[in-house]
Amino acid sequence: MDAFTTLILILDSTVRLATPLILAALAGLWSERSGVFDIGLEGKMLVGAFAAGTVAHLTGSPWAGLGAAILAAVALGLVHGFATITARGNQIVSGVALNFVAAGLTALLGQAWFQQGGRTPALPGSARFQPIELPGASMVADVPVLGGLYSELVSGHNLLVYLAFLAVPVTSLVLFRTRFGLRLRAVGDNPAAVDTAGIGVTLLRYRAVVICGVLTGTAGAYLSIAQSAGFIRDMTAGKGFIALAALIFAKWMPVNVLFTCLLFGFLDAVAIRLQGVSVPGIGLVPVQIFQALPYALTVILLAGFIGRAVPPRAGGVAYVKDRG
Amino acid sequence: MRARKALPGWVDYGLIPLLNVTCAFLVSGLVVLAIGADPLEAVQILVWGAFGFGEGIGFTLFYATNFIFTGLAVAIAFHGGLFNIGAEGQAALGGLGATLVCLAVDRFVPWWVTLPFAAIAAGLFGAGWAAIPAWLQAKRGSHIVITTIMFNFLAAALMGYLLVDVLVAPGSMQPETRTFAAGGRLPPLRELFPDIGLGQAPVNVAFLLALVALVAIWVLVWRTRLGYEIRVFGANPVAASYAGISATRITMIAMMLSGALAGLMSLNEIMGYQQRLLLDFTAGAGFVGIAVALMGRAHPVGIFLAAVLFGALYQGGAELAFEIPEISRDMIVVIQGLVILFAGALENLFRPALVRLFVRRGGI
Amino acid sequence: MTVPEPPAIELVGVAKSFGAVRANHDINLRIARGSIHGIVGENGAGKSTLMSILYGFYQADAGQIRVNGREVAIPDSRVALSLGIAMVHQHFMLVEPFTVLENVILGAEGGLLTGPALTKARAELDRLGRAFDLVVDPDAVTGTLSVGELQRVEILKALYRGADVLILDEPTGVLTPAEADHLFRVLRILKEQGKTVVLITHKLREIMAVTDAVTVMRAGTVVATKATADTDVAELAGLMVGRRVLLTVEKGPASPGRPVLEEENLVVRDARGVTRVKDVSLTVRAGEIVGIAGVAGNGQSELMEALAGILKPVSGSVRIDEQKSAGNPHRVRGQGLAHVPEDRHRMGLVTAFAASENAVLGYQSDPALGAGPLMSPSAVRAVAEAAFAAYDVRPPDVRLKTALFSGGNQQKIVLAREIERDPVVLVVGQPTRGVDIGAIEFIHQRLVRLRDAGKGILLISVELDEIRALSDRILVMFDGRIVGEREGGADERSLGLLMAGIDGEAA
Repeated sequence: MDAFTTLILILDSTVRLATPLILAALAGLWSERSGVFDIGLEGKMLVGAFAAGTVAHLTGSPWAGLGAAILAAVALGLVHGFATITARGNQIVSGVALNFVAAGLTALLGQAWFQQGGRTPALPGSARFQPIELPGASMVADVPVLGGLYSELVSGHNLLVYLAFLAVPVTSLVLFRTRFGLRLRAVGDNPAAVDTAGIGVTLLRYRAVVICGVLTGTAGAYLSIAQSAGFIRDMTAGKGFIALAALIFAKWMPVNVLFTCLLFGFLDAVAIRLQGVSVPGIGLVPVQIFQALPYALTVILLAGFIGRAVPPRAGGVAYVKDRG
Repeated sequence: MRARKALPGWVDYGLIPLLNVTCAFLVSGLVVLAIGADPLEAVQILVWGAFGFGEGIGFTLFYATNFIFTGLAVAIAFHGGLFNIGAEGQAALGGLGATLVCLAVDRFVPWWVTLPFAAIAAGLFGAGWAAIPAWLQAKRGSHIVITTIMFNFLAAALMGYLLVDVLVAPGSMQPETRTFAAGGRLPPLRELFPDIGLGQAPVNVAFLLALVALVAIWVLVWRTRLGYEIRVFGANPVAASYAGISATRITMIAMMLSGALAGLMSLNEIMGYQQRLLLDFTAGAGFVGIAVALMGRAHPVGIFLAAVLFGALYQGGAELAFEIPEISRDMIVVIQGLVILFAGALENLFRPALVRLFVRRGGI
Repeated sequence: MTVPEPPAIELVGVAKSFGAVRANHDINLRIARGSIHGIVGENGAGKSTLMSILYGFYQADAGQIRVNGREVAIPDSRVALSLGIAMVHQHFMLVEPFTVLENVILGAEGGLLTGPALTKARAELDRLGRAFDLVVDPDAVTGTLSVGELQRVEILKALYRGADVLILDEPTGVLTPAEADHLFRVLRILKEQGKTVVLITHKLREIMAVTDAVTVMRAGTVVATKATADTDVAELAGLMVGRRVLLTVEKGPASPGRPVLEEENLVVRDARGVTRVKDVSLTVRAGEIVGIAGVAGNGQSELMEALAGILKPVSGSVRIDEQKSAGNPHRVRGQGLAHVPEDRHRMGLVTAFAASENAVLGYQSDPALGAGPLMSPSAVRAVAEAAFAAYDVRPPDVRLKTALFSGGNQQKIVLAREIERDPVVLVVGQPTRGVDIGAIEFIHQRLVRLRDAGKGILLISVELDEIRALSDRILVMFDGRIVGEREGGADERSLGLLMAGIDGEAA
């Protein structure tokens, strides 16, 4: 296999691996930009993946699966919202709790309903999101370089991949060009300023939590009914936390999220590629280095050694009207 | 002026935690109902599996040993106002420390010579893994929650590398070290006390060590100057600065103690049960520690009770999964999540109502 | 202004309580349209609460609010804004990562997209900026602006929303004198353009400089409303402080001995990097009480914290009992300096702890508390019980949670802790804040007794009567400097002038 084909394959797999990260990191971005920290991205993706796998199996429709994934993740998000916005509980504790509930519940129900070791039954192609061939992809496939890029890398992904990439400019636009985005960013930085401007803090934060649910649900559906043919227990395998790391690394900016997730996806793709392969001159490269890099980079960033990642100022704290 | 109205102590430390945990179990009961099983029957099987016979009790205490250590780890950080989500990674590193000692000496000395060195190594490795996030928080302002999460994954990657490429037993296909010789195995209590009928349960000397740790942490927190300083810093950092208590020093000490306790958990699993180092031997015990610490209100007595409860859930849950296959052991993870949710995030759910009930009617 | 038009704002019998604390009661107030109306009072007099009610941030428990003669209910800030009432908060309600324009349109975006509003606001800001002398770069990121500019943004925000009545809460607290002068110029322009300005402050000089009328508040009530032309600083100071239950402290003349606390050319910055103490030198001798008078926020707090070793001074030196200060709260205590902080809840106590544990806060290394690293609860309780007995703390149960004690008894716990250790010098801030009358007398007696035992005391208080009753010498602090020294018992008027930043000798 020539180097170019290898590169295309790695980049193609980068896109596939980055997709759930992009969706989940954007989900986190919405929540955290509003002042609600969410380490429960993992859990919401997981319930989304399970709901999608289950409903797609029952109905045979990927769309019903996607809808169920979104509903399930939003429901879990609303529990987080109730605990942290309304009951003013600790956002970290709530996130930890819901991750466990999600991990346990999906495996438990999966086993109870389908008796396949926590899996949902394998889905036929019609119940999954299928690759979409973009116009002209097969025609230009033989054109050197650009043709291969277009037909292999740009074309041939499923709908959710394109949705994820579309979600980046949409998030950016809504966040920075609309009233809702303006208020949401304000409430994550200084809720008192929003309150004194006569805008309700609680409702704004709940809306952010719901958006977070929609995106994590979509990410979960991608895992179980687009990338794979069904739900497997713990199938998120820490992707929610990589997304969290990506969000921090991207300094809570949508476009940065895209590139960070692509970088982390690329590291993952390279790791898979290099598994058991001896690199000339180096020998076997431990794949764990690639697994560790996203976290190591994030820690180094957090420590302020490369730039500074400043979280939304009001994040982590429930809003209480204080006595003036 | 103050927001929190005073409640009688027994309400604050007894009734509220009880209500919260009851809620968690009621919701768990609903989950059992949802999968078409009988919650009461499930509870019966669970209780019998955990406490109904000697071996069951032995297994319950074996699991509880892990949770005592990790619960104490999370609790000591809580006292210092720090949330350590990294007990899982610190425990893994602790296991590495203990293993290195065992591999070095297990063929030459009896277990009671190995144990102190293994314990020191486990503690040091765990403390070291906690020291980096602590330092980053104290000196660079990195949020300790995020860094400890990241360090869990870094620990997993490190352990993966070491077990696959470095420490793996020659000729083994599994990412595991060789099995320890007798000098690296903690004797099970069934051998030390053959009369109490623990069956084949792996509860071992580490359980006694856990009891010692409970007392030691109680002494440390409530009977020493250092414990006082940790508590002041955790309860009111401004008052701590007034009292001349260094934020950096306390952050480092509290987190390193926490990491060391998490590391000690590995003695039970690695030396007491698996007798070799293997991937993911912690199996979530570091996270159960969060539930145990929250439920036990960060007090050793509460932690002991909560740890035994979770030990019983793990052991009883295994019996339950055997008797009613629909209820797999994942039920325990659900319960654990619900306990953290109700005892942690929603701890104040019932407080306003109880304040109305108790304070208005005479109260104090 | 003789035309009988309804006042812009009229409050009748307004009351507001927080739990058992009456923040406002029976407030009656008329603010004439097109005037600058000052509201003065000490911290905690209820000014900010009152204005928050007007702005819809809190709801009054009783009373009426009339705007332009019409009775209104103001359930939230949105309604207040629609009535033309806007507030410029003491702590700016701005979103730091936003541009000035984004901050201005927040809550007044007009449509789903921000683009049109930003365009409109840019033009409007330009107009307002020129009309009111409020020029700010509309594209600047708010977090990078100076405090004076931030305040301009806040005022612009209010004007952009069409405010007719602007309430400014302590607007000059964080401004440089030049910025403050500019603000006053802006306020006069606003008045000329027909706006009504309510100025909340505790700085009397400002009141005299810009207002048309002034209302004095004390302990949650209005004590007087006067035309500014008919009053003067001394009278206002008197009204603000009030005639408390006469503080008579039995004390003989001081016999000052060796210096026990000396500081030279001390410069201190607060956490935000603002210089709060500017080149202060003073000496406290054994056997005397030196009082520092001044309106809150003039650097007293930072001065205390620097002496106690909590804040590191930028420059200058501190000597305790003729030794160089160790500069760390713990070691400074070892040198014989005891510190009763101004805010016992925030700093002086851990209210979640048992009272006994607070009786040793800061002295946790005392060998008497236990062997080596140990700390024996019974030894701690013994210390606390001795302190409780000596200071008559009630209820006399050292195991009770500290939060359950009254303010006076909590303060006794702190005082007992600091005084019973037999310090060489005591630095004490607001010793009787939030303390009932009986306890005030008791605390004052203890301080005098400590002086008579040959200890030096540096007393910092915003209660002028307290300073006058206790001090052997009085230093007045204004804007980070010691601006004058008077004998103990100096008359209120001359101290009031100094506190307002006016040189008493010249006035």
